[in-house]
Amino acid sequence: MDRRRTFWLLLVPPAAWLAAFFILPLVLMALFSLRPDMKGGLLNFSSISLEQYAVLVTTPSYVRLLGISTAIALLVAAASTALAYPIAYFIAFRAGKRAVLYLLMLLVPFWTSYLLRVMAWKLVLGSNGVINSLLMTVGLRDEPLGLFLYSRTAVGLTLTYVWIPFAALPILAALQRIEAPIMEAAFDLGAGPLRRFWRVVLPLSLPGVAASFFMVFIPTVGEYVTPLLVGGSRGSLYGNIIQDFFTKAGNWPLGSALSMVMLAATVAWILLAARWGNIRQWLT
Amino acid sequence: MRYRRGWRPSGLGAYYLVLIVLLYVPILLLLLFSVNSNTALIFPLRGLTTEWYEAVLNTAGLLRAARNSLVVAAGSCLVATLLGTMTALLASRYSFRGKLALLGLAVLPLIVPFVVLGVSLLLLFSSLGLDRSLWTVGVAHTIVAVPYVLLIVVARLSEFDPALEEAAMDLGADYPTTLRRIVLPIIAPAMAAAALVAFTVSFDEFALALFLAGPDPTFPVYLFGQLRFANRLPIMIALAMAMMAITLILALLAERLRRSG
Repeated sequence: MDRRRTFWLLLVPPAAWLAAFFILPLVLMALFSLRPDMKGGLLNFSSISLEQYAVLVTTPSYVRLLGISTAIALLVAAASTALAYPIAYFIAFRAGKRAVLYLLMLLVPFWTSYLLRVMAWKLVLGSNGVINSLLMTVGLRDEPLGLFLYSRTAVGLTLTYVWIPFAALPILAALQRIEAPIMEAAFDLGAGPLRRFWRVVLPLSLPGVAASFFMVFIPTVGEYVTPLLVGGSRGSLYGNIIQDFFTKAGNWPLGSALSMVMLAATVAWILLAARWGNIRQWLT
Repeated sequence: MRYRRGWRPSGLGAYYLVLIVLLYVPILLLLLFSVNSNTALIFPLRGLTTEWYEAVLNTAGLLRAARNSLVVAAGSCLVATLLGTMTALLASRYSFRGKLALLGLAVLPLIVPFVVLGVSLLLLFSSLGLDRSLWTVGVAHTIVAVPYVLLIVVARLSEFDPALEEAAMDLGADYPTTLRRIVLPIIAPAMAAAALVAFTVSFDEFALALFLAGPDPTFPVYLFGQLRFANRLPIMIALAMAMMAITLILALLAERLRRSG
């Protein structure tokens, strides 16, 4: 009886909060994307049209930028997952008693400010940066070296760098679940180290690899901060046009349509991920 | 066999070491330039100074921004911990229709791009006629922190024996009393760890705050605005280093609490 009343007490606050500040904004954004312009009040949804979506589809640069952002996110996710795998393997199988310490050392930079870490790379690679000023002080070069700052390559490299510690976590969790008897069985059946890895360890760790990949990929598709910091004018991504339409340009309906397309793309990827790794498993 | 086994770990170990160096070098450089007496961040170093750390204390806007970040993080972590724990209790102690939908909804903010979340909340607050402020930033941070709280507390709730609760109720305690006297004390360490994670999530957050912060911004937004002024960079770095130390301490504390739980 009172368990039932407690149920409502537990249900209403989080459900109401999420409805008000997560669902309602997204619904509002969907409605906004159907407005032809900014005329009238903010809540004036009298004329509904697909004009913004038509603009989006017929503007090659938007479609291209979504493609580029997706491609960069795929590359960044693949690179950081691949680069994180040996790290996770090292911590799971080679670090022994120091595994916790090694993991902690990997995570400490992850706990520090994202903005600051990106800024730090800029200080290292910039034309007045650490590498160039060091080279010039030592006398190896007379003028600054044109390193890859202000480009999509810089954005991709920076993102890969910041994601590696994060990507190692799901892989590590998967590797730590592999039980010793399975490895011993493989050994007893005469599998060498490479074969043990290729036929036993790697297949068993694939759910972790998939989790890492998507945990990097999804936030990276919508990334707009890193391009602001190291991308320059040639390094913008899809997220940056959305940001521009909501801040500088003030074209909220078109910005909303662009956001809806990104949201739809993300949800599509999540459904794909849910088929691979069982999301239900994490929760219950 | 032994020879090969001896060679392999050192290869992996070297790889790990290279990555660790790459991760720490930029941070150590920032630390170095925060005590170097030169406004430009270039070599050669000009000598040790604490002037940037002293300047932090004399820059009102900077301290105000740091205080704002603390306030927003504290407020949003409190709300997120409450809401996340409630959802976690629903997830592990009740079965009802629409449960999966609610849980999916609660973890979904983790995978909606921040730019989408940020602009949609900006639309909501503008439509309601609410000015952007620390409140609007704080609300956004609760939404992205709830999934972390949920996942951490659910893990703890699934570990302990439901028989404890049944025993309490057999002994005559009603359900709210059982929650208060049995369940909450057991999940308290997980809740504390979750709260600290929520705090760190908010404390550093920039992508949402840039859309939602008003004229009195949080530290990352303030920092972003100041990046144009090269001569103020060492002061920013000095405060950022101090705030990094705070985040680090909180994060280590969270990890310790989670392990002890």
